[in-house]
Amino acid sequence: MEPFTTHTGTAIPLRRSNVDTDQIIPAHWLKKVTKTGFEDGLFEAWRKDPGFVFNEPARQGASVLVAGPDFGTGSSREHAVWALQNYGFKTVISSRFADIFRGNSLKGGLLTVVLPQETVDRLWALTEADPAVEITVDLVERQVRAGSGDAAVTADFEIDDYTRWRLLEGLDDIGLTLRHEADVTAFEQTRPAWLPRTQTV
Amino acid sequence: MGRTLAEKVWDAHVVRRAEGEPDLLYIDLHLLHEVTSPQAFDGLRQAGRPVRRTDLTIATEDHNTPTLDIDKPIADPVSRVQLETLRRNAAEFGVRIHSLGDVEQGVVHVVGPQLGLTQPGMTVVCGDSHTSTHGAFGALAFGIGTSQVEHVLATQTLPMAPFKTMAVTVNGELPAGVTAKDLILAVIAKIGTGGGQGYVIEYRGEAVRNLSMEGRMTVCNMSIEAGARAGMIAPDQTTFAYLKGRDHAPEGADWDSAVEYWTSLRTDDDAVFDHEVVIEASELTPFVTWGTNPGQGAPLSASVPDPASYGDPSERSAAEKALEYMGLTAGQPLRDIKVDTVFIGSCTNGRMEDLRAVADILRGRKIADGVRMLVVPGSVRVSLEAVSEGLDKVFTEAGAEWRYAGCSMCLGMNPDQLAPGERSASTSNRNFEGRQGKGGRTHLVSPQVAAATAVLGHLAAPSDLTDVPVPAGV
Repeated sequence: MEPFTTHTGTAIPLRRSNVDTDQIIPAHWLKKVTKTGFEDGLFEAWRKDPGFVFNEPARQGASVLVAGPDFGTGSSREHAVWALQNYGFKTVISSRFADIFRGNSLKGGLLTVVLPQETVDRLWALTEADPAVEITVDLVERQVRAGSGDAAVTADFEIDDYTRWRLLEGLDDIGLTLRHEADVTAFEQTRPAWLPRTQTV
Repeated sequence: MGRTLAEKVWDAHVVRRAEGEPDLLYIDLHLLHEVTSPQAFDGLRQAGRPVRRTDLTIATEDHNTPTLDIDKPIADPVSRVQLETLRRNAAEFGVRIHSLGDVEQGVVHVVGPQLGLTQPGMTVVCGDSHTSTHGAFGALAFGIGTSQVEHVLATQTLPMAPFKTMAVTVNGELPAGVTAKDLILAVIAKIGTGGGQGYVIEYRGEAVRNLSMEGRMTVCNMSIEAGARAGMIAPDQTTFAYLKGRDHAPEGADWDSAVEYWTSLRTDDDAVFDHEVVIEASELTPFVTWGTNPGQGAPLSASVPDPASYGDPSERSAAEKALEYMGLTAGQPLRDIKVDTVFIGSCTNGRMEDLRAVADILRGRKIADGVRMLVVPGSVRVSLEAVSEGLDKVFTEAGAEWRYAGCSMCLGMNPDQLAPGERSASTSNRNFEGRQGKGGRTHLVSPQVAAATAVLGHLAAPSDLTDVPVPAGV
């Protein structure tokens, strides 16, 4: 996984709540057996509307998605994270993420940042007033910064130390767990014999 | 202080606990299907890692599988590649698989319980959000992403962030004609699609205790639609009776040891939940959704709500967008909504009890002109049992299509889809935009409401059928 320290980029404001993973990447895209090539499927249905914010010329090349509350609800498909990353997003800001989506994003190095809705509103106002405004998401300082003058936004966000460390270092979760393989083996010795097995090996 | 059911199961699976790190949990059962596993097996291959416990892993094909012509090659080449990839991965890594045509094939969340692999107190995961279904047995069961699928394949464990506990207590008895589906749709409408976020919900109370295992699975299945990590119901005699004699259930002395342990799996009297919701069963009625998320629901007797009635601007805007997508107007009675398609099936309502309920309503009746009705059993076993009871004949005589097992129109990854603008009454779990086909409009309903709707052609409850004459000679 690529380490995430700090990222600065232009943004796309997505003023919708309850954006489910079926919208982020529709099911027919899930037949692919790779982790790449999902960028054209991202918000596929909404992007057919020429007025959709993703289609504005000034929004091309944006790498920060500022989304409405309850982003990523529904299906557990990690393809939603891959689609956002394939498209070019490094970070998504929302006042509330669905659990599985958040877990998937942080595993894969897409930093999901939780900020109060009031701060999200101010970020929306900033980027809508000027699409060239850059938003900085600083994982080292756990802070989001954008704009200047009266409208400037500086907001601290919370993320647990362990996840932050993993992201900063770009560490592979499986490798981390396998350091404790002896604990896993010891635990296995204590499991009751009557627990079900799918096959005899 | 006492512990909740969820905390007991969690604590019993902690492999490693360290300050400042998530608990490392042992996983007792890992279910796989074709959609969320290919990239995980690829990761193993690249890292040269084996599957640690092939004896705790099982795969089935469900999301892409056709429900017609299953003896012919799969028409969609991309779907075919995905299924073939799962078969190849299962063979290479030594994973048990139930492929299309196998008697144990079916929707992953129907297959696990019917094999007796899902048992109380276990941790169960699958790369599918509806894994919460297995919580009906008092298991801690949650949906995971593909990175986590790879993690479990490699280590049989998962590092998991701590959770909060929520009790949803349903007091009293459900009125006649009100089902587990109505109950959970009403719960989601009450707490919202994000209301369960971070929580494991325990469903309790008389109305929950009185549910069959299949009803309990319907309830726990949709916990994810309230945003919850998992849903659970404490195991009891209903659970034990369901499990007894199943393929993978313990036997003899093992059965006694298991039941003794399972009996301890209940929330202590002095345990405290982080949040509590209380619902009076007597106030519940058949419930349907009108919008594009499962929280946008109302009693069937109500009308389409006016977005202006929402105080919260984000809810108001969501309601406006939903009505536009659904082609509905505020104030329109829900019973006036006409449907083109009725879908019976899915991991929510594709079990025997659901099919029997539908058959009881369709027996001797015909579905309305112009309505297409698909009945898709949740598994091959369910299909065989339905045929043995003659239910397939009831469905086809009523004018419905009886199909092979799979996820089918719940998410339209196979050819079973709505056309743009088509409207369905569906026993599945998600009414998201385009979920059942691009431009399709979905109303989530119980099997009973789905059957009555099929007969009348508009959203309806079985109680609306009293005036429909049964055709002569039936």
